Amino acid sequence: MTTFRLAVVTAGLSRPSSSRLLADRLAEAARRHLGAETEVRVFELRELAADIAANFVTGFPNARLREAIDAVTGADGLIAVTPIFSASYSGLFKSFFDVLDPGALEGMPVLAGATGGTARHSLALEHALRPLFAYLRAVMAPTAVYAASEDWGSAGDPGSGGALTERIDRAGRELAGLVRARPARSPEPEPVVPFEQQLAALRDPA
Amino acid sequence: MMQFGIFSVGDVTTDPTNGTTPSEYERIKAILRIALKAEEVGLDVFAMGEHHNPPFVPSSPTTLLGYVAARTERLILSTATTLITTNDPVKIAEDFAMLQHVADGRVDLMLGRGNTGPVYPWFGKDIRQGIPLAIENYALLHRLWREDVVDWQGRFRTPLQSFTSTPRPLDGVPPFVWHGSIRSPEIAEQAAYYGDGFFANNIFWPKEHFQRLIGLYRERFAHYGHGTPEQAYVGLGGQVFMRKNSQDAVREFRPYFDNAPVYGHGPSLEDFMAETPLTVGSPQQVIDRTLAFREHFGDYQRQLFLMDHAGLPLKTVLEQLDILGEEVVPVLRKEFAIGRPSEVPDAPTHASLVARRDAEAARRAESGTRETAGAGESSETGATAETGTRAEGSVPAGSSA
Repeated sequence: MTTFRLAVVTAGLSRPSSSRLLADRLAEAARRHLGAETEVRVFELRELAADIAANFVTGFPNARLREAIDAVTGADGLIAVTPIFSASYSGLFKSFFDVLDPGALEGMPVLAGATGGTARHSLALEHALRPLFAYLRAVMAPTAVYAASEDWGSAGDPGSGGALTERIDRAGRELAGLVRARPARSPEPEPVVPFEQQLAALRDPA
Repeated sequence: MMQFGIFSVGDVTTDPTNGTTPSEYERIKAILRIALKAEEVGLDVFAMGEHHNPPFVPSSPTTLLGYVAARTERLILSTATTLITTNDPVKIAEDFAMLQHVADGRVDLMLGRGNTGPVYPWFGKDIRQGIPLAIENYALLHRLWREDVVDWQGRFRTPLQSFTSTPRPLDGVPPFVWHGSIRSPEIAEQAAYYGDGFFANNIFWPKEHFQRLIGLYRERFAHYGHGTPEQAYVGLGGQVFMRKNSQDAVREFRPYFDNAPVYGHGPSLEDFMAETPLTVGSPQQVIDRTLAFREHFGDYQRQLFLMDHAGLPLKTVLEQLDILGEEVVPVLRKEFAIGRPSEVPDAPTHASLVARRDAEAARRAESGTRETAGAGESSETGATAETGTRAEGSVPAGSSA
């Protein structure tokens, strides 16, 4: 049985946080659809907040942050959950993705989630997170899951697909499908353009 | 033999411990004093940065170095870095050939691209063309120093017809060139192609990154027939602050670290020391840390330390240079020499480059044929293909435009 590696990134700040709770539920749903062998690693960005800030200042990730970045970029699939602050993802959430190398998430199956006090910000998933992951050339699951405070205690309309548990299950299934369908990656060697080619490119008419 | 020296960024920074900021005049005079001190304490190299935006003062390194040349006798004058992107390669050829004559050959230079976007348009250039500019400009510079009369046409500057760059390089031998890079494999490839030196300014990043970059340079140096990977010319940076007791060093340096340009207000001093070559401690700690570079990057040719930045007062910098010259570098010279394979080349000097050129000419006269690349006889013949074409008037393999 193939072992899949899922990375979970959550930007919740409180302890316990609803973002973490949603992230765990999404991971569990994905695992259910991928198989019990799935390895899940969870990274709470709160614990890396100072390291991420230092990365902005120095230009490189320290060892602790490097480990998280390597785990995320090397995973078979990513679950990314943020609280909605000021109508968008939290600054800490965005900062983590800002310090990744360009292209590091290319082709990465991503399941996005968000939490907030009311359902009125649920489209932030569509107008903020989906463009972010499109820019990073990741492949986002069609279903993104928003959990407002009220969702945690509501069953939704039975069978309508609107209940949180149903949305989580559907999203987990979609992510599992993307992970399974993802082409195998081979480690890319450092690209070196031979010098003659670099010179020749300059000699060609502009 | 390895070369040891210092390189200066030339920042004008407020001393965070007392709030004083040197004037440009004071900072420039301090840089000159530091350069002279480098020779006094027995260092081999002083390298000056080039910047065109405040808070940096050194816009005109060869002017500074000309003064240093007149006041020193042994010190090699270099740069860190000379901007190959925004400077006209014709002017670089002229300035550094002139400095060679002034300084009796004690000159080499380190080329870099510069990473400040707004500087490029001030000189009519575009940072997005940084790598192509570095490649084309150096190809021209390489020819200007090796061919008396140059016809040239390129993408980034007006064409040249029957142009002779004056003065000609001293003894017909151009200054040795180090290509400096922090992140670009293209520049490692360029250095390897020409058989030039590669300076990895490793002071701000973790070593794993530079191991890849230097490994690539060494491998491609061999690929282009200049010798074995171990015979490539590698330079490294370092950043140190020393006191007899390491706790004193940490206590004194911490405010400068915490407020430094580049990395200040970010990681802790301890974290940054763990991640980068920065060493704040006793002279012995600096010795141990620097000796470990050899294990990470192989035997190398040039070690430059950053000593005068972040607002450190001149008096402190001069004390640091005393410690570096008296307690650290003599030990490093001795220790680095132990177990250094004989085929690893010495750091290049004008004299060694002249000798190499003459030996090459003699060999060619004897055999009557041109050597081919990759002859692989010795460290000197490793560079045969390039050196062999360095006689005036012929076209180096790398620079036909």
